[in-house]
Amino acid sequence: MEAVYEKYFRDNLPHIWCPGCGNGIVMSALARALDKLGYPQDDILLVSGIGCSSRMSGYMDLNTVHTAHGRALAFATGAKVCEPRLKTFVVMGDGDAAAIGGNHFIHACRRNIDMTAIVINNSIYGMTGGQFSPLTPTGKRATTAPYGSIDRAFNLVDLAKGAGATYVARGDVFHAAQLTNLLVEASRHKGFAVVEAVATCPISFGRYNNIPEPADMLFWLRDNTVTVQQAAKMSDEELTDKIIIGKHFETEAVEYCEEMARLLADKQADNEKAGDENEV
Amino acid sequence: MGKKFEVVLNAKTCKGCGICTALCPKGVLKIRPDGKAEVAEPAACIGCQSCSLHCPDFCFEIKEVSADD
Ligand SMILES: Cc1ncc(C[n+]2csc(CCOP(=O)(O)OP(=O)(O)O)c2C)c(N)n1
Ligand code: SF4
Ligand code: SF4
Ligand code: SF4
Ligand SMILES: [Mg+2]
Repeated sequence: MEAVYEKYFRDNLPHIWCPGCGNGIVMSALARALDKLGYPQDDILLVSGIGCSSRMSGYMDLNTVHTAHGRALAFATGAKVCEPRLKTFVVMGDGDAAAIGGNHFIHACRRNIDMTAIVINNSIYGMTGGQFSPLTPTGKRATTAPYGSIDRAFNLVDLAKGAGATYVARGDVFHAAQLTNLLVEASRHKGFAVVEAVATCPISFGRYNNIPEPADMLFWLRDNTVTVQQAAKMSDEELTDKIIIGKHFETEAVEYCEEMARLLADKQADNEKAGDENEV
Repeated sequence: MGKKFEVVLNAKTCKGCGICTALCPKGVLKIRPDGKAEVAEPAACIGCQSCSLHCPDFCFEIKEVSADD
């Protein structure tokens, strides 16, 4: 095992994930990102929801909390407001973040609290046996959509941007080195950063969609991703079914913890003034 | 001669998913009869790290070895 993985992983491997599961690739990308960022491990908080991907909090040697399905961002918000020094990462599945946790997701974006939300999008409810999620592409099969899903999927990048996130990127597990760089950039960004990590679930997605081999799922990503720069020169028709990877959006806005500190300081000053006046 | 690399593979945690063997550009890695990966052509490794970046079970360590080793 590379030293960087050894440093950031606990001593409880092998993990529970199926052979060839993309979650492991995301976890190693995150370990390399943390190494580049160089934060002391004690200053990092990793919060996860429930799902295969959310098992990550059990394997990484950081301050970790494994919370409730869809609620990881609410737990993380509470922790971050109390301890703004914590460099905070939140790992969620596509079902976790966009279905049951969809409301938490958009409101965390709107608040612009300083943390990095990593949505591991394997297009499926992996843990519970392959039900389709709001990120399952139209036409793809799931146990609950045996003839292909007729739903339109969310575009998570557009959703996050529309809801007010101030950094939005998408990476994937084939382009694992780029995913690391996006995670680094997202964490350095001050405010709510969203990184959609398009991942592979050979068992609950691949098997139902004619790509049961883990390596073929990676090659599928290689052949169906285009960069933001390439996409800018392509027509909508050419971009049908393509996954656009890279940094999509970054802007600045008031950050929630700073606003909270400012408000508390203002009120404290007001109270002290009122106290002084009462004494006279 | 170019750089040389040593491929360390921890077969204990290997789940035999076949990602490394499919992605290695130099055919260094093979699947053994028992389903686990092995380093079949160590001298062919170019140190691209693709196996280590993509192995979902973190089985690899790619070490650069100096020419006089
Ligand atoms: C409140 C609640 N509702 C439902 C579940 C059952 N459940 C567990 S994981 C999951 C979905 C997992 O899908 P996703 O979030 O995409 O994560 P993945 O397993 O694919 O990584 C569901 C519905 C639960 N644990 N808690
Ligand atoms: S069901 Fe899918 S996401 Fe869950 S561990 Fe298996 S391959 Fe990974
Ligand atoms: S990628 Fe890793 S787990 Fe998969 S076969 Fe190769 S060494 Fe084994
Ligand atoms: S580093 Fe590259 S060439 Fe060497 S074994 Fe791994 S994938 Fe093959
Ligand atoms: Mg999922």
